[in-house]
Amino acid sequence: MFSAANYIKVKSLEEAWQLNQKRSNKIIGGMLWMKMGKGRIQTAIDLSGLELDRIEETDEYFKIGCMATLRMIETHPELNRYTSGAVREAVKNIVGVQFRNLATVGGSIFGRYGFSDVLTVLMAADSSVELYKRGIIPLREFAEMKYDNDILVSVIVRKTPARFSYMSVRNSKTDFPVLTCAAARYENELILSVGARPSRAKAVSVPEELANKMMNEDTAAEIGRYAASQLSFGSNLRASGAYRRHLTEVLVKRACMKLAENGEEEKSCL
Amino acid sequence: MLITVTLNGKKQQSDVEPDMLLIDFVRAHGCLSVKRGCETSNCGLCTVFLDDKPVLSCSVLAARADGKSVTTLEGLQEEASEFAEFVADQGAEQCGFCNPGFVMNVIAMLRENPDPSEEEIKEYLAGNLCRCSGYEGQLRGILNFLDMRRRRDQI
Repeated sequence: MFSAANYIKVKSLEEAWQLNQKRSNKIIGGMLWMKMGKGRIQTAIDLSGLELDRIEETDEYFKIGCMATLRMIETHPELNRYTSGAVREAVKNIVGVQFRNLATVGGSIFGRYGFSDVLTVLMAADSSVELYKRGIIPLREFAEMKYDNDILVSVIVRKTPARFSYMSVRNSKTDFPVLTCAAARYENELILSVGARPSRAKAVSVPEELANKMMNEDTAAEIGRYAASQLSFGSNLRASGAYRRHLTEVLVKRACMKLAENGEEEKSCL
Repeated sequence: MLITVTLNGKKQQSDVEPDMLLIDFVRAHGCLSVKRGCETSNCGLCTVFLDDKPVLSCSVLAARADGKSVTTLEGLQEEASEFAEFVADQGAEQCGFCNPGFVMNVIAMLRENPDPSEEEIKEYLAGNLCRCSGYEGQLRGILNFLDMRRRRDQI
């Protein structure tokens, strides 16, 4: 557990930003990952008084405040309706309900952790982050950026018509994932997002001629092989790079088949 | 720093260190049902309700509970007693060390979903580790408790 000399519940984002410019000060989100460290923090900056623990919905987008918890996105009916249940599927194995009532979307996304289910699923969606100083940046771009002292205010998920599916493999339930995979079928694009490789999630756009083929087991397997060929994989205590590459082929195939299933279900509901 | 917390229905004003964890705060105030387990936010032994939501008290600063209500098993005696006694009668647990966190989370689950399926129970309680029972006894205990409630409500 870290130690902190001061704690400030800020009254504005500007106050938080000013405090956050000092390297020894840290913003605490859900602080679940942060508490595993042993560092010394001069001032712990708490954003919980800024009413950022909300999910706002308009006709065009969902705006998820940085202090909204994983449990909030897990149980949000409209967000899950839009993502074909992929958001719920992505977070439901993250430790337990008590953990997900604390872990924040802002902390999960700003941290850009390799193991993040949240980053993987939101990256497949048409998502952006709202940063206090730099403004709105596509999530896929943000995931590549270096850490800085800006503040992630919200995550915006645009309601671009799409179908989603989510898959992950864990050595045991509630553990960190060995591999995460989200697929999103847009009108003219098929996006795959693969995380826990073990590096952070990366999105792959499937070439049109492959994406537009009739979806069946063979096409899904071909897309799986394509995705694995576009990504790099590493080894850690949970799995080897070779195993992750193989899993990518399998999970992408299943995710594509699930997309096709979701499409059929939608048709039958009409 | 000075914080005001409504602990088990009673307003408490306390001077706490900025990095004091909620588990240390509640235990210092006599709530010894809240157990220190893994300290890696995994085991659920330290479950308390923060504004009625189950959270891991080992992973929240006491400072963040300022102005909020914190409930431990000590504050839920009445609501917990029927289930806790039933589970004890069922012999669903062994050492009982995980019991307070487990009972707290079962209460949270039943408040959200009064009649959960077996799958919903497993999913909701996935964050409560037990190293004696292998979970089968606890699951049987909950299912039998729900069955008993259903039959009683039909009468």
